[in-house]
Amino acid sequence: MTALPDPPPVAEIAGVSLRYRKVVALDGVSLAIPAGRMVGLIGPDGVGKSSLLSLIAGARVIQQGRIRVLGGDMADAHHRAQICPRIAYMPQGLGRNLYPTLSVAENLDFFGRLFGHGPAERARRIDALLAATGMSPFRDRPAAKLSGGMKQKLGLCCALIHDPDLLILDEPTTGVDPLSRRQFWELIARIRRDRPGMSVITATAYMEEAAGFDWLVAMDAGRVLATGSPAELLARTGAEDLDRAFIALLPDSERRGHEPVSIPPRRAEDGETAIEARHLTMRFGDFTAVDNVSFRIDKGEIFGFLGSNGCGKTTTMKMLTGLLEPSEGTARLFGAELDPSDMAVRHRVGFMSQSFSLYSELTVRQNLDLHARLFGMEAGQVTDRVGQMIERFGLAGVADELPDALPLGIRQRLSLAVAMIHGPEILILDEPTSGVDPVARDAFWRILGELSRHDGVTIFVSTHFMNEAELCDRISLMHAGRVLVSDTAEAIKRAKGAATLDDAFVAYLQEAIGDEPPPVPLADAPEAPAAPGGWFSLRRMLSYSRLESLQLRRDPIRLTLALVGSLILMFVIGYGINMDVEDLSFAVLDRDQTTTSRDYVLDIAGSRYFTETEPLADYEQMDARMRTGQLALAVEIPPGFARDLARGSPVQVGAWIDGANPTRAETVQGYVQGMHADWIMRKTREAHGDQAVQGDFELVTRFRYNPDVKSLVAMVPAVIPLLLLLIPAVLTTLSVVREKELGSIINFYVTPVTRLEFLIGKQLPYVALAMLNFALMTAFAVFAFRVPFTGSLTAFTLAALLYVGATTAMGLLISSFMRSQAAALFATVLLTMIPGAQYSGLLDPVSSLQGVGRAIGEVYPTTHFIIASRGAFSKGLGFDDLGMAFAALAAAIPVILGLSALLLRKQAK
Amino acid sequence: MRLRNVWNLGIKELRGLWRDPAMLLLIVYAFSLSIYTESKAMPESLSNAAIAVVDEDRSTLSERIVSAFTPPYFGTPRLISTTEMDRRMDEGLDTFALDIPPDFQRDLLAGRHPAIQLNVDATRMSQAFTGSGYVQQIVSAEVQEFLAGHREDTALPVELALRARYNPALDAGWFGAINSVIDAVTMLSIILTGAALIREKEHGTVEHLLVMPVTAAEIMLSKIWSMGLVVLLASSFAITVVVQMALQVPVAGSVPLFIAAAALMLFATTSMGIFLATVAGSMPQFGLLLMLVLFPLQVLSGGMTPRESMPDIIQAVMSLAPNTHFVILSQGILFRGAGLGVVWPQLLALALIGAVLFWLALRQFRRFLA
Repeated sequence: MTALPDPPPVAEIAGVSLRYRKVVALDGVSLAIPAGRMVGLIGPDGVGKSSLLSLIAGARVIQQGRIRVLGGDMADAHHRAQICPRIAYMPQGLGRNLYPTLSVAENLDFFGRLFGHGPAERARRIDALLAATGMSPFRDRPAAKLSGGMKQKLGLCCALIHDPDLLILDEPTTGVDPLSRRQFWELIARIRRDRPGMSVITATAYMEEAAGFDWLVAMDAGRVLATGSPAELLARTGAEDLDRAFIALLPDSERRGHEPVSIPPRRAEDGETAIEARHLTMRFGDFTAVDNVSFRIDKGEIFGFLGSNGCGKTTTMKMLTGLLEPSEGTARLFGAELDPSDMAVRHRVGFMSQSFSLYSELTVRQNLDLHARLFGMEAGQVTDRVGQMIERFGLAGVADELPDALPLGIRQRLSLAVAMIHGPEILILDEPTSGVDPVARDAFWRILGELSRHDGVTIFVSTHFMNEAELCDRISLMHAGRVLVSDTAEAIKRAKGAATLDDAFVAYLQEAIGDEPPPVPLADAPEAPAAPGGWFSLRRMLSYSRLESLQLRRDPIRLTLALVGSLILMFVIGYGINMDVEDLSFAVLDRDQTTTSRDYVLDIAGSRYFTETEPLADYEQMDARMRTGQLALAVEIPPGFARDLARGSPVQVGAWIDGANPTRAETVQGYVQGMHADWIMRKTREAHGDQAVQGDFELVTRFRYNPDVKSLVAMVPAVIPLLLLLIPAVLTTLSVVREKELGSIINFYVTPVTRLEFLIGKQLPYVALAMLNFALMTAFAVFAFRVPFTGSLTAFTLAALLYVGATTAMGLLISSFMRSQAAALFATVLLTMIPGAQYSGLLDPVSSLQGVGRAIGEVYPTTHFIIASRGAFSKGLGFDDLGMAFAALAAAIPVILGLSALLLRKQAK
Repeated sequence: MRLRNVWNLGIKELRGLWRDPAMLLLIVYAFSLSIYTESKAMPESLSNAAIAVVDEDRSTLSERIVSAFTPPYFGTPRLISTTEMDRRMDEGLDTFALDIPPDFQRDLLAGRHPAIQLNVDATRMSQAFTGSGYVQQIVSAEVQEFLAGHREDTALPVELALRARYNPALDAGWFGAINSVIDAVTMLSIILTGAALIREKEHGTVEHLLVMPVTAAEIMLSKIWSMGLVVLLASSFAITVVVQMALQVPVAGSVPLFIAAAALMLFATTSMGIFLATVAGSMPQFGLLLMLVLFPLQVLSGGMTPRESMPDIIQAVMSLAPNTHFVILSQGILFRGAGLGVVWPQLLALALIGAVLFWLALRQFRRFLA
C-alpha cells in the first residue's frame, strides 16, 4: 500500500469522557487516528471501545471533549449532516441494524435509498456487493434466516453501499466461525485494495485478527494504554504475541496473578456417562437444523463444540436441556432419558444461553439472588452463596449495577455465575466467552478447569476460540447440522496434518462445503453519489415508507386485525351504545290503594319505559331493593291521595330515583315528569271539560338527522373516527419505539435521513392502511348496516385523510419521547382512548363539557372529525359546510408532526 | 407449585417496574390527574346545552319563553332567523332549535291550540331525550304562568316530589370518577402483564426461566400477584385520595369491600393480559389486540351508557366481561352502600370469569413457551 506522506488524521479525539449514569465509559481519551489505514481498537470488553466508535460515527451525543472527524466538529449537527454520507457504521451485535423480515436484497435496497441512489444505481451496487461477498445465492432470503457470518457480511454490504470514506466496524466478527471470519477479513482487504483511500476503524476481541492491522489502539478502563503498529507494540513489551503484549501493557493491579491457563490432564475415570445424545435430529419445517447427531460425554469431562453460527450447536444444546423436543432420537442425562418436566433434573444442570438472557431490570446482585432463590436455596444460604459467586467471578465492583450498563464480558461472567449458583453437576454453556477479553477468558477457563478436575462437574461448552478448544478434553466439529469429527484436539490436527487447530478446522469445513466460488472483484469504484439533497429528500423519506410497508405486508396477522377487528368493533359499539332507556324496573308504595291511585300508577306501568315489579310494603323494603340496584324508580302515593285530590287540597306524590348512574337517572326523571304532567292534564280535562285546558298548546318535537333516534345511525359515524384514532396511533407509536428497543434506530442516527423524513416516511404506510380501513368501514356502514349517507363523499374522504394524518402523527409524537414498547403502549392508550371516548363529543357534546376536559376536547382532532363524520353521514354536508372542521384538522398535522420532530433525538444520549 | 418461586419471581417483576420511570409516571398520571380531569369534565347529563330560538312571534309570552332558558341546563339561547336555523344545526352549533310561530300568543289565548316546533339534533343522543323533556317542561311552565293571569286556575294541586337517591344532585362527575378508576384498572393491568410478557419473549428471558426449576403456573401467578398488587395500590389511592378527598365524592359503602372486589377483578384482567400476550406474537400485534379489547370494555360495560339500554345480545356478550360485573358492584358498594349480601353474585361472577381466563391463559402460556 502506498502510504501518502502524512495525510491529516481521519479522526481527532481530544479529552473525551463519557459516562452512563455512574459508570465511566471513557475517561479523558485523546487520540489522533491516521487516515487511509486499517486501525484496530483492542482491549477487554467494557473499556470503552464501542462508546468511542459510536461517538466517532456521530451516533451518540458527545458529553465532554471534542471530536473532529473528516475535518469538522462532530458536535456540530450541520457538519454531521454533511459528512454522514461519507461514514459507514456497523454496530456491535449480529445484524443489529438489519431488518429481520426483509430479504437480503431488500435490506440493501433500503440503505441504497437512504443514501439517495436511483433505481439503476442501486441495482448495480447491490449486484456488485452481493457478488463480491458471495451472497448472490441468498438475495431473497430474509435476514432473520441468515447465519451469523452471513448476517455480518450483509451488514458490511449495507455499510459499503454508499462508498464511505470512513468505515467503522464494531466487533464485526464476534460470534462468527473461523471460516466466515477469514472470509470477512479477506473481503475487507479486497475492498481496501479497490478503494485505497478508505479508512477503517474496527474494534475486535480476537488478537490474532488485530495482528494483521496497520495501527492499533490498546484500551483499558476508558483510557488509551498504547498506540502503534502491531510490531511496535510487540517490540515495546517484548511479548511474542498480542495477547501477551496486551496483558503486559495492563497496569500491575489488573495483571497481577495472571498466567497462561493450563488444565491438568484428566485422570482416567470409570467412564460413567453424564450426557449422551443418540441420533438427535431436529427439523423446523423442511429445514433440518440438526441431523442425526450422536455423542457421549463422560462425567467430569470438558467437551467442546465448535462450528459456524447456525450449524446446529445451539439447537443441540437446547435439546439436551429439554428446551426443545427432538424430532428424532433421544437425549440422556445421568443415564436416564431426559424428561423436560422433571424439576429434579433442572437442579442438576446449569445452562447459559448464547444471548444474554438475564434480567436487565435487576442489578447483578439481584439477578444472582433471584436465581439462588428459584433453585430453592434457604434464605440464610442465599446471601453467602451470592457473596461467594460475586467474589469468585470478580463482580464485586459492579454488584449493584444494572447489566445493561456493563460490558459484554462482565455480563457473560454474570451469566456463568447465575448458571453455577446452584452448584450443578452438568454445565451446558453456549458460547460463554464470545466477546470476552483474553484476561477474563483465561480466568473463566481456570474456573472451568477447577470445576471439572476438582468438583467433577461435566462441562459441555461451545466456542469459537481455538485456544479454548484446545483446553477441552475432546471436541466436536459441527457443520450444517452434522458432526464432522469428534476427537481430541491433537488427533484432529494430526488427521489433517495441520499446524494449528484453526487450519484443521478450516480444512474440515472446506472439505464439507466444497470449493468456494472465486471472489468477484468489486466493480470499478463507482462515482461518489450525489451530495444528499438538502434538508428534505423524497427518496430518503420513501425508503422508510417502503421499509415500513414491507414489514407490514410480512405481518398478515397485524393487517387482518387492523381491518377486520375494526369492522367488528364498529358494529358492536355502534349497536351497543344506546341512550334511549327502556324497560326500567319500578315499584310502587301505594298507601292509598284507591282507583285514583291505581290509575296514576297505571300510567307509568303502561309506558314502554317502565316495567312494574312487585309493590313495596314500606320504606325499609324500598331501601333494600333500591340498594341491590333492582329498582330504578320507586313511587310513593300518600294515604288519602284520592280524597285530597277530590277536595282540591294539595297532595304530593313522592318519586325516588336511583341516582347512582346519573345519566340513567336524568332520563328517568324526564319520563316521570312528563307522565305526571300528562296525567294531570287528563284528570283536569275529565273534571272540567275542554274549557279547562284552554290555552293548551303543543310542542312538536322533530328529531332531525336521525328521525327514529336509532343508535346505529347516531353512533356509527362517531365510532369510525374513534377507530381511526386508536388503531393508527398505536401502530405508528410501536413502529418507532420498536426500532429503539431492538436497535435498528441506529440507522436513523448515522444516515443522512432527517427527522421529518424519518417520521413522515414511517407515517405514510399507516396513513394508507388507515384510509383502506376508512373505506371499508364507510362501505360497511352504508351497505351492511344501512346507515344513510347523505353528504359529500369526496369531502368526507378528504377530511378522513387529514384526520388519519393527524392521528398517525399523534402516535409518532408519543413515540418520540418513549423508550420502552410497554410504556409507549400504555401512553398511547391513555392519550387516545380517554380523550377520544370522553372529550370528543362521542356522547356528550364538547360544548357541554367543563374544565380541562373541555379544553382538550376543543383542540382534539377527533372532535372535529366526529363533526365532519356526522355531518357527512346524517346532515348532508359537503365542503362548504365543513370548513371549520377542515381547518382544524389541517392545522393539527403540522403542529403534531413538528412537535414530534422537535422531540425526536437524532443521536443516542 | 412452590409459593416461594411465585414470591421471588413476583419481586423480580416489581423491581423491573421500578426501573421504568416512564411507566411509573404514566401509572401515577392515570390514577390521579387523568381521573380528576375526566370527572371534572363530566357535564350534568344536560348541561349548557346549545339552544337557539327563532322567535317569529315577538310577543310578551315568546320573550318570557326565551328568557326562561338559563344555565346550568341550557346555554343562553341565541336568537336566530329561520334561515339560519338549518345551517347552524348542520354545523353542529345548536343541539336544540325552538321555533315559535307568528301569532303564537294570540292563538294560544284564543284557544286555537297553536304548535311550537322543537328541532333536536338526534345524533347527539345523550342530550336529545333529556333535553327535549326539559324544553317541554320549561315552555309549559312559562305558558301556564302566563295564562295564570288570563284564566281561572283549574289545575289539580298535585305536586311531584322527585328525589334522586345516592347522588341527590345527579352529579355525573361522581359516576364518571368511579368509571375512570375502573377504566384505568383495566388498561393498566392488561398492559403491565401482557406487555411485560412479550418483552420477556422478545429479549429471550422467558426461555431462560424454563431451564430452571420453575413451572409455567408459577411464572404466571408471579406476574398476576405482583402487577395486580401495583394496580390495587394505585386504585386504592385513587379511590381514597383522588375520588373521596380531591373530588369530594361521598362513598356510601365499605372501601375495603371495594378493594377486595378490585383484587378479584385484577385476577381476571391480569389473566386476560397474559392470555392476549400469548395470543399475539409481537408487540405490534399485542398493541392492536389491546385496542380492540379495551375499547369495547370501556364503552359497553355499563360505565358510559346504561347497560339496560343495550340490545340483549350485547348485554349477554358483555356479561362475560369482568368489567361489566365490576361496574355493577362498584356502583352498588360505593354509591348505594351495598354490602356483601347484595354484591355476592357479582363477586362470584368475577371469580368465575377470572378462573376461566386464568385457565385459558395458562393453557395458552404453556403452548407459548413450548
